[in-house]
Amino acid sequence: MNKPVLTDDLAAPSRRLLLKVGLAAGGGLLVGLAPAFAAAAAADTAILNAYVRIAPDGGVTIAAKNPEIGQGIKTMLPMVIAEELDVDWGAVRIEQAPVDFKAYGAQFAGGSMATPLNYDLMRRVGAAARSLLIAAAALRWNVPTAECDTTPGAVRHTASGRSLLYGALATSAAALPAPDLAKLPLKNPKDFRIIGQSHHGIDSPKVVTGQPLFGIDVVRPGMLYAVFEKCPVFNGTVVSANLDEVKAQKGVRQAFIVKGGSEPAGLRDGVAILADSWWRAQKARKVLKVVWNEGEGAGQSTAGYAARAVELSKQPGTKSLRKDGDTDAALAGAAKVVEAAYAYPFIAHAPMEPQNCTADVRGGKAEIWAPTQTPQSGLALTAKTLGMAEADITVHMTRCGGGFGRRLNNDYMVEAAKISQMAGVPVKLLWSRADDLQHDFYRPAGWHFLKGGLDAQGKVIAWRDHFVSFGDGDKFASSAGMSGTEFPARLVDNCLIEASLMPTQIPTGALRAPGSNALSFALQSFIDELAHAAGQDPVAFRLALLGEPRLVGKAADGLFDTGRARGVIELVAEKSGWDKATLAKGEGMGVGFYYSHRGYFAEVVKATVAADGSVTVNKVWVAGDVGSQIINPTGAETQAQGAVLDGLAQALGQEIVIAGGKAQVENFDGFALLRMPQSCPVEVHFRLTDNAPSGLGEPALPPVAPALCNAIFAATGVRLRRLPVDTELLKRA
Amino acid sequence: MAYRIKVNGKVREADVEADTPLLWVLRDTLDYRGVKFGCGAGLCGACTVHLDGQPVRSCQTPVSRVKDRAVTTIEGVGESAAGKAVQAAWLAHDVVQCGYCQAGQIMSATALVAANHHPSDDDIDAAMGGNICRCATYIRIRAAIKTAAASLAKAG
Repeated sequence: MNKPVLTDDLAAPSRRLLLKVGLAAGGGLLVGLAPAFAAAAAADTAILNAYVRIAPDGGVTIAAKNPEIGQGIKTMLPMVIAEELDVDWGAVRIEQAPVDFKAYGAQFAGGSMATPLNYDLMRRVGAAARSLLIAAAALRWNVPTAECDTTPGAVRHTASGRSLLYGALATSAAALPAPDLAKLPLKNPKDFRIIGQSHHGIDSPKVVTGQPLFGIDVVRPGMLYAVFEKCPVFNGTVVSANLDEVKAQKGVRQAFIVKGGSEPAGLRDGVAILADSWWRAQKARKVLKVVWNEGEGAGQSTAGYAARAVELSKQPGTKSLRKDGDTDAALAGAAKVVEAAYAYPFIAHAPMEPQNCTADVRGGKAEIWAPTQTPQSGLALTAKTLGMAEADITVHMTRCGGGFGRRLNNDYMVEAAKISQMAGVPVKLLWSRADDLQHDFYRPAGWHFLKGGLDAQGKVIAWRDHFVSFGDGDKFASSAGMSGTEFPARLVDNCLIEASLMPTQIPTGALRAPGSNALSFALQSFIDELAHAAGQDPVAFRLALLGEPRLVGKAADGLFDTGRARGVIELVAEKSGWDKATLAKGEGMGVGFYYSHRGYFAEVVKATVAADGSVTVNKVWVAGDVGSQIINPTGAETQAQGAVLDGLAQALGQEIVIAGGKAQVENFDGFALLRMPQSCPVEVHFRLTDNAPSGLGEPALPPVAPALCNAIFAATGVRLRRLPVDTELLKRA
Repeated sequence: MAYRIKVNGKVREADVEADTPLLWVLRDTLDYRGVKFGCGAGLCGACTVHLDGQPVRSCQTPVSRVKDRAVTTIEGVGESAAGKAVQAAWLAHDVVQCGYCQAGQIMSATALVAANHHPSDDDIDAAMGGNICRCATYIRIRAAIKTAAASLAKAG
């Protein structure tokens, strides 16, 4: 198992993860906590639960449970605990929690799930510790707990004016029975002092002074530096290699062939070179000659898949995703039918920190330091691959130099562990940028063959999407799927969504806002085409499509709230001056809306297309609805801005071409990440609604690509139906 | 062979081949791990350090070419008024997301504001265009550079 479990069971965590303190019976956490409790007590520090430690001097330490990949979670989740614990933020020390399922439940960074899964739980964790401190003070003063309250860092007895600092109460509080998490009173959000205020990244002072925080910075005594050469054709295997010549290179200590398995995200065949510095190991690769068995992947190419997709579009889809009403009949009776084919490419994640992992596997034990989004999955994969018990493996989470979904897979972790096991020494494995770009789990390419029918009033009466994607038989490849509920499904009476799947050897995986980051381009661009065909304003057309505020769909699929969708579209139209903007020649505005990862986002792009076809994005307006509370406003804004600029970069220039079964890319000159001159102002607005707070790493990304292409259409009349943007199509003679 | 280079004011010695990039000498031999590896080809700027105050890509600078020029890394840049102002502005604007590229960004920004207390947007684009931030924190980087430059201008 090497994928995070993205549970949707949001009601469950606080009941399932009952925190127990001391020696009360029952509750999974007690088992994990008891030894730590004893050890810490000896050190004169009281553990109030897995997340909160209070020293006699009042020092409060809060554990941050999830991996930090730049999403700000190491700051945000402790803020939530600190709020309900009632302490001053400045007095809190934050520690990265160890990887420990028993103590912390699922620990991962993915799916924008940290907030939905943990917001309520972290509040209760903080409130539990506070209630224990109050109970301890009440016992000490021999007064009812109801007469006690807290001020930041202290319990106070209101009537007598007595007060005790948390540090003076901690040890006795830790001996009390734990409260029932589900029954704890929580603060009224109106009284929040920490939540809702901007708090800067807690490790930023270390970042700006260059302190070692990242996986790549880990150093272990006696370690060797490793590189790992895999077959450029995906899933190829090693036949032989000139290991003796490699071993003769300066600094090289070991070189050997590693035999992998067939699990897509597991250990694959390759050649490991270990040297006394990474540069020497990397240099030795220049003399490495491997005879590969390229296998069946060698024939595949993106051009071949594109041609095959067109062939498949002419046949009925083989997998039905949705069938409402009678789409064929509705199209036949429509006043106007619009038909278009959309396509988007494979793209890479390219986090700035290349994949790396440090592993020490000796004497039947393994210790691993890894920048990973899924440490628990990595641990399980390592145990399985190395034939070890999970109990014999310790994984340390390091700060990640970006995630974007790439580090949901732990291929580099299991490589480092295997290499260390075979070499018998601690090893720091580091990939080159070419390794990273050529051995990714790419955002899959996809093709949409769309048909829409309008009645005489311009209402959408039929929607048909034949989605050509990747998979085996009936099963979509990783992140290559589509649900039958993607907007505007559930809003059009006659709706047919079907898929045809092509088998592939190209590894695919989740990229920030998986699925949605690509689907939105095709679906929201096509909706724009329908709006223009109907002679309607694109914002008004979307609002008409949404209709009155209501919940649509089935609870089992997740309900869609047309009112929240309307709310963000109306807000972004207002903020961007949609109706009244005066535009220069070559300038256009476009809108996109998407619902993903529980977030409703509408965005407007203003862009200029020059005579040579070059595109300049002047500004983006964002309106988002992620529920009732923006927990850390500075973090929320920067996540939304980053997601928008990320989406613009994808649309403007990113594509991974596969030919001969190999990714045709070496470095950043062949894969365009956004740079300062292409950046633009991104104005972010949140609409607070009475819904549970949800995550922000992802949902701001999907609307921007279609908003950009719709802006380009508004500026030029050229409809872009393939990403990335082809400026040749935009040249004016 | 052994090279003597001056890093953050201290003379350090590294016994490496002449073609070893300064990046790896700093990171793996001399333990300045704040300097980051991103591409190895001078395309991303994560490895930016100063040679006599000028920003260079340390992954493209063989150690043999450093000679007697002063190397400044992220660990030492805060010793200068410009570096200190840039680091403070980075914190004030909460620039950091993942933070991996920020050492390089700060080194490029420091060289810019040390030489130009009133950088225009075009100046910023020109000075920072070689530094990639995959999290795309550019909006805040731009604002932080202006803050740092203004504080230096005020200090004279």
